Amino acid sequence: MILDLPRFLSAERRYWTELESALDRIESDPSRRPQLDEIKALHYLYQRASADLAKMATFSSEPETRRYLESLVARAYAEIHESREARRRVHVRRWFAQELPQAFRRHVRAFWLAVAITLAGCAFGALALRIDPEAKAVIMPFGGLLENPATRVAREEHAKEDRLHGVKNTFAAQLMTHNTQVAFTTLALGMTWGFGTILILFYNGVTLGAVSLDYIQAGQSNFLMGWLLPHGAAEIPAILLAGQAGFILAGALIGWGTSLPRGQRLRAVSRDVLTLIFGMCLLLVWAGIIEAFFSQYHQPVIPYTLKIAFGAVELAALTLYLSRSGTSAQ
Amino acid sequence: MSPARTSSLVIETPEGISFTLILASPITRFLAWLIDFIAIMALDSALQNALQITGILGADFAQAAGILAYFALSTGYGIGLEWRLRGQTLGKRVLGLRVMDAQGLRLDFSQIVIRNLLRAIDLLPGFYLVGGMVSVFTKNAQRLGDLAANTIVVRNPRIEQPDLDRLLGGKFNSLLEYQHLAARLRQRATPELAGIALSALLRREEFEPHARVELFDELASCVQSVVEFPAEAVESITSEQYVRNAVEILYRRSN
Repeated sequence: MILDLPRFLSAERRYWTELESALDRIESDPSRRPQLDEIKALHYLYQRASADLAKMATFSSEPETRRYLESLVARAYAEIHESREARRRVHVRRWFAQELPQAFRRHVRAFWLAVAITLAGCAFGALALRIDPEAKAVIMPFGGLLENPATRVAREEHAKEDRLHGVKNTFAAQLMTHNTQVAFTTLALGMTWGFGTILILFYNGVTLGAVSLDYIQAGQSNFLMGWLLPHGAAEIPAILLAGQAGFILAGALIGWGTSLPRGQRLRAVSRDVLTLIFGMCLLLVWAGIIEAFFSQYHQPVIPYTLKIAFGAVELAALTLYLSRSGTSAQ
Repeated sequence: MSPARTSSLVIETPEGISFTLILASPITRFLAWLIDFIAIMALDSALQNALQITGILGADFAQAAGILAYFALSTGYGIGLEWRLRGQTLGKRVLGLRVMDAQGLRLDFSQIVIRNLLRAIDLLPGFYLVGGMVSVFTKNAQRLGDLAANTIVVRNPRIEQPDLDRLLGGKFNSLLEYQHLAARLRQRATPELAGIALSALLRREEFEPHARVELFDELASCVQSVVEFPAEAVESITSEQYVRNAVEILYRRSN
C-alpha cells in the first residue's frame, strides 16, 4: 500500500532511470557482452521496477507513470528472460563452413521428404507423358518446351549468333529473382501444414520428369544433361532446401511428439529456417549466373562433356559440403 | 488457431507481474502496409534514377541492376527497417505500431526474416486477403507470417497528459478541505473508475443535457461509494462538479 505517492515516486524514479539507461545500452549494441556486475545490476533494477509496478498497478493516480513502468518492465523482461543466445557479429566463414551444413543435417529428414515428393512428381510427369503424349501441352511450364526437342537442339547447335547477346545480365537477374520468389513461396506454404509445399515440389517434379522424358525419347540425353545439369545442380537443391525449410515450419506447426506450445516450437526452429533460407538464396544466385552465362551455350561452343562434368562436380561438391562440412565442430 | 480473439495480450512474468500489450487491428495494419507500399514505390523510383548511372556499363547491366534493386528493396525493406528500428517500419512508426515477440521476449532477426518472407502467401490473392482473414480469426490477430515467426503487432499509443487546467477550470475544490479523505480516495479508487470519470469530463460537451446529468449523477454515486465526504463538502455542488473535484484529487500530482 502506498501511503505517500510523491515520496514513493521521487525515491524510485532514479532506479527507473538507471534501468532505462541500462536497457538503452544493451539495445543499442546487441553485440556487446555485458560484465557480470552489469547483469546483476540489471536483474536487481528489473526486480525493483517489477515490485514498483505491482504497487502502482492498483493505484488510479499517475496513469502515465504506470504505463512508463509497464513498458520498462516489458523491455527488461525481454532481455532477462530470453534464453536464446543474442546474435552477436555474424562470422561469414563460420556460418558457411559450420552453421549452414549443420542446420541442414539437423533437419535432414525434412530434406529427404522434399526429395521423395519431387521424385514422385518426376515419375508422375514422365508416366503422364509416356501414356498420353498430348498431355505435353498441359504439363510443360512454358511454350518454348512444346516444340520437338530435336528441332530445338538442331537450331541451337547451329545458331550463328548469340541469342542472349546484350541481355545476359538481365536474363540472370530475372532468373535469380523469379527462382527466389518460387523458393520463398515453397517455404511460406509450409504454414499450410505442409500441403502447399508438397504441391509445389510435386509440380516441379512433374515438369522436370516430363521435360526429361521428352528429351530422352527424342534421343537428346546429352543435350538435356548439358543444358540442365550446370545450373540445375544448384537450382534444384535450392528448391529442395526451400521445401525442407517449409517442412520444418510445418513440423513445428503440427507438433508431433512434443508437448511444447506452438509458439515455442516455432521459435525453436526459426534460426535453422533462417540459415537454410540464406543458403537457398546463395545457391539461386549462383544458379542464375550459371544458367545465363553457361547453360544456354551448347556444342560446339561448349562441349557437352565439359558442361556435364561441370554440373557433376558442382553436385558432388554440394553433396560433400552439406554432408561433411562442420562435422568436427559439431 | 483459437476462435477467441482478444484486443490485448497480457504477459505474466515469473515474478508475478503482468503487463498488457494492445494488439493492432487488421485495418490499422493494412493502413501501415499502404504507407510502406508507397514508401517502397518512392524509394524504388529514386533508386532506379540513381541506377541510371550504371548505364555507362551497358543497357543490359543497368536493367539487371534495376531488377535486382527492386527485388532487394521490396524484400529487404521490412526486414531491414524492423531490425534497425526495433520492430517498426515507416508505416508502423507513423501509426504507432510495433512488431514484438509473442511471449514478450527479445525479437530475434530470424523472426523478422520469417514474418517478412511469409508475406508471399499472406498477400495472396491480393491486398493481404489471406493474411487479413487469418488475422481476423486468430487469437492474437496474427497473420500467417506472425504465426510462423511467433510474433505479434502491438499498438504503442502516444499517451498524452490531459489538460487538467483547462478541464478543471481553476474552480474551488471543496473536497480538498479533507486531505485524509482525499488520500483515501487516491488509494481506493480503481484505475478504471478514475479513467471513466476523466473521459466523462473530457467528453461532457458531447452528451445530451439530460444524459449528461444522469451520467454524472451515476459517477458521483460511484465515487461516493468509494469514499464518503462530509455533507457540507458536497451539498452545494452539482454531481458534475463533484466528479470534477474527485478527478482533480486523482490526477493532480501537486495536491
